[in-house]
Amino acid sequence: MSDRSSLRRPATTATSGGPRGGGVTDDEQFAEAPIPSPPSQSAAKHGRLGDRVFAGFATGAGVFMVVLIAAIGIFLLIQAIPPLADNKASFLFSRTWNADPADLNFGVLDLLLVTVFSSVFALVIAMPVSLGIALFLTQYAPRRAARPLAYLVDLLAAVPSIIYGLWGLEVLAPALSGFSVWLNENLGWIPIFADGNVSAQIGQTIFVAGIVLAVMLLPIITAVSREVFDRTPTPHLEGAIALGATKWEVIRTTVLPFGRPGYISASMLGLGRALGETIALLIILSTTTQFFGWSLFDGGDTIASKIARASAEFNDPKAAGAYVAAGLVLFALTFVVNAAARAIVAGHKEYE
Amino acid sequence: MTTATTDLDRPATPPAFQEISPGRKFRNRLATVLVTGAFLVAMVPLVWVIWTVLAKGLHRVLNADWWQKSFGGLTSRNPGGGVYHAIYGTLLQGLLCAVIAVPIAIMVAVYLVEYGRRSRLAKAVTFTVDILSGVPSIVAALFLYALWVTTLGLPRSAFAVSLALVLLMIPVVVRTTEELLKIVPDELREASYALGIPKWKTIVKIVLPTAMSGIITGVMLALARVMGETAPVLVLVGYNQFINYDPFQGNMASLPLLMNSERLTTNAIGEARVWGAAVTLVLIITVFNLLGSLLSRLTAIKTK
Amino acid sequence: MAKRIDIKDLNLFYGSFHAVDGVTLAVPPRNVTAFIGPSGCGKSTVLRSLNRMHEVIPGARAEGQVLLDGEDIYSAAVDPVSVRRTIGMVFQRPNPFPTMSIRDNVVAGLRLAGVRDRKRLDEVAERALRGANLWAEVKDRLGKPGGGLSGGQQQRLCIARAIAVQPDVLLMDEPCSALDPISTLAIEDLIGELKKDYTIVIVTHNMQQAARVSDQTAFFNLAGVGQPGKLIEVDDTEKIFSNPSTKATEDYISGRFG
Repeated sequence: MSDRSSLRRPATTATSGGPRGGGVTDDEQFAEAPIPSPPSQSAAKHGRLGDRVFAGFATGAGVFMVVLIAAIGIFLLIQAIPPLADNKASFLFSRTWNADPADLNFGVLDLLLVTVFSSVFALVIAMPVSLGIALFLTQYAPRRAARPLAYLVDLLAAVPSIIYGLWGLEVLAPALSGFSVWLNENLGWIPIFADGNVSAQIGQTIFVAGIVLAVMLLPIITAVSREVFDRTPTPHLEGAIALGATKWEVIRTTVLPFGRPGYISASMLGLGRALGETIALLIILSTTTQFFGWSLFDGGDTIASKIARASAEFNDPKAAGAYVAAGLVLFALTFVVNAAARAIVAGHKEYE
Repeated sequence: MTTATTDLDRPATPPAFQEISPGRKFRNRLATVLVTGAFLVAMVPLVWVIWTVLAKGLHRVLNADWWQKSFGGLTSRNPGGGVYHAIYGTLLQGLLCAVIAVPIAIMVAVYLVEYGRRSRLAKAVTFTVDILSGVPSIVAALFLYALWVTTLGLPRSAFAVSLALVLLMIPVVVRTTEELLKIVPDELREASYALGIPKWKTIVKIVLPTAMSGIITGVMLALARVMGETAPVLVLVGYNQFINYDPFQGNMASLPLLMNSERLTTNAIGEARVWGAAVTLVLIITVFNLLGSLLSRLTAIKTK
Repeated sequence: MAKRIDIKDLNLFYGSFHAVDGVTLAVPPRNVTAFIGPSGCGKSTVLRSLNRMHEVIPGARAEGQVLLDGEDIYSAAVDPVSVRRTIGMVFQRPNPFPTMSIRDNVVAGLRLAGVRDRKRLDEVAERALRGANLWAEVKDRLGKPGGGLSGGQQQRLCIARAIAVQPDVLLMDEPCSALDPISTLAIEDLIGELKKDYTIVIVTHNMQQAARVSDQTAFFNLAGVGQPGKLIEVDDTEKIFSNPSTKATEDYISGRFG
């Protein structure tokens, strides 16, 4: 702070509130200048430097994100290539998994099938229920209750997945045992209810795991759908109401068409989440030596649970690399699903 | 009321309002029932899970040892001991993660809202944040393994876990902060510029404080989420029955990791340890959620 | 303090859109100059260009000169931040900083520029609040949030905030348009007092207001549909409202259009 510039400041101080300035001469201003206004020159420099540094940090953080994602892809690829080169089986089409570094013989197909099958099964359960919840919370629940009730649904998302897994194995599986057996015995002619490669009675099956996954998806799909349904334009609603439509007809003719893309997008996001879920499936699913046979009463492993199961033995880089290769497939799969979810809503300005 | 009398005189007139057909009425009722039912269905697992956790684990946590001791030196046949080593691990890993992730995430959001606006780089950043928010935790863990252990040759450690959690936390905090910064009115920025306050100080002293209350809530929620993550701890650090204060060396317990190890102890003691840890984890998550709303209320913008 | 402004052939753009064409205008010190004209004629844009707030909007740029006591505020060597420190601004809607108390709002400009001395800041706060005719109303609740004041009080708080950094010029962009008549009167009285110390430029939609508070009035209008805004006429306020030299000005002030 140089004196010179502070001296240039006015001298209106002494007469606070009273008539200001007027005939104050320059000399008087020099004498009284009371406020140490920062010298404009150095303040300007300081400001400019600060601006440049701060903008640099912000831009740097942005660049870091892009580099990070690129690094994730590249690192995983680098780790996956050597074992893939030594792999005796076809990585994409073989159904056996042997990551012994001396005898690499691994294919991701069986894991991939179990991953997709269990996730889709979970989605089939979760989608209609979430739709119902979202409609209930936005259209049916009394205004005042809607928020606390929505909070309850959100609580489902706060429970860690390891607790869901343990609950699924120790509580839900025994509880569903009778139902599973009944389905298997009476509807066994439908392939998905046919005898699986693990016991339907004990319940370490895709059936139980899928139901647990569905519970985990409910809050995710509901949250996004709710937001979209809430944005149905009032004129649309009033138009339908004025035509004498019942509440359900109003929903069917306005809320659902308006919210459909958002709901589908939300479901895709949920699917992405289900594909990557690890610990709940690791706990619930029983390992098996048999291949996946398109039954809900099969056990097995998803890509994520297989990686987690083997993680303690990641001692050899090549063995670990085999799992990294599987992880890349999972990465690609979730990427495609999430990109689809975004693409669905991308064209809809009304959701912004 | 004169109309009533005239109506009595004309019994054959059609009703004032058209009846809704029974089919429409039925469908309307059915929809109401189904929709309400869907909500109730969702409450079943919520109540059931919470009940399970409390019924199986609450008795175990109701003694002082649980909070003050570890399982150090105890075998699967020894009752007693506690989980303070795992609580320490969970909190430390979460905290380290937040310390790294929050500044980066806030700066990314600042870049997107205050600097990048519609530039190419901003689009690329938004895209990568989108990708990152969809990355499964096991993939984040694998990446850190590939980087930390395989490439850099460093041992598995709690710090590696924190780094994996950073990947999961950044997109959540970026999104929250971005939304909040967008709703800070431009008028405040202009008022600040008009006072001769440089842009960076405007952001640091005016814009961010205005959004701070919401950012804190977002951070606490994100923190509560990552502390319950299991996949990264499985891949990146070993379980330890003893307490380990050093995040850079040695194995370190955390509540999810402890649960995953003790679930293989197939007796009543192991069972109680698992569910006791579950109660503890749920408690910690609840505390962080409550802390989030409390802090946001304390830092909320007041008008009185 | 109280410097003069000379605008020389100023052209303003939003991206490729030419918003204001060739404005040349002199604003004498210790004087109130009012900008009037129909909506969209560029008067606010010109006002914002006087302290380089115009360029805050992405894509906006200015060509021409704005001289503050002979120094071009658009010359390459000048930092827009220091321009804004010298030329303060009050906005259409009161915009106190919501996170700050009344006192902190007033001294925000100084504090953020690095002034730490508590006593001095308190003095400045009192002086600025007195200057904005707000001291009596808020002196007992300086620590309370600025958002709790009424609209008119908030606007005077914003004026106090602007004068606390002791600018040479004060720009006001329709400062009363969001206020009730009584608050408006208070602000107008305040403008009358402030002009003893400051050069003031005010944009207003309200012609009576322009007639009441200003010494000089500039009338802006669109050159035509889709054309940039232009300065039509500038003169003593009295003359503009009694005997304007162009027909367009006469039509506008007599309410025949706009």
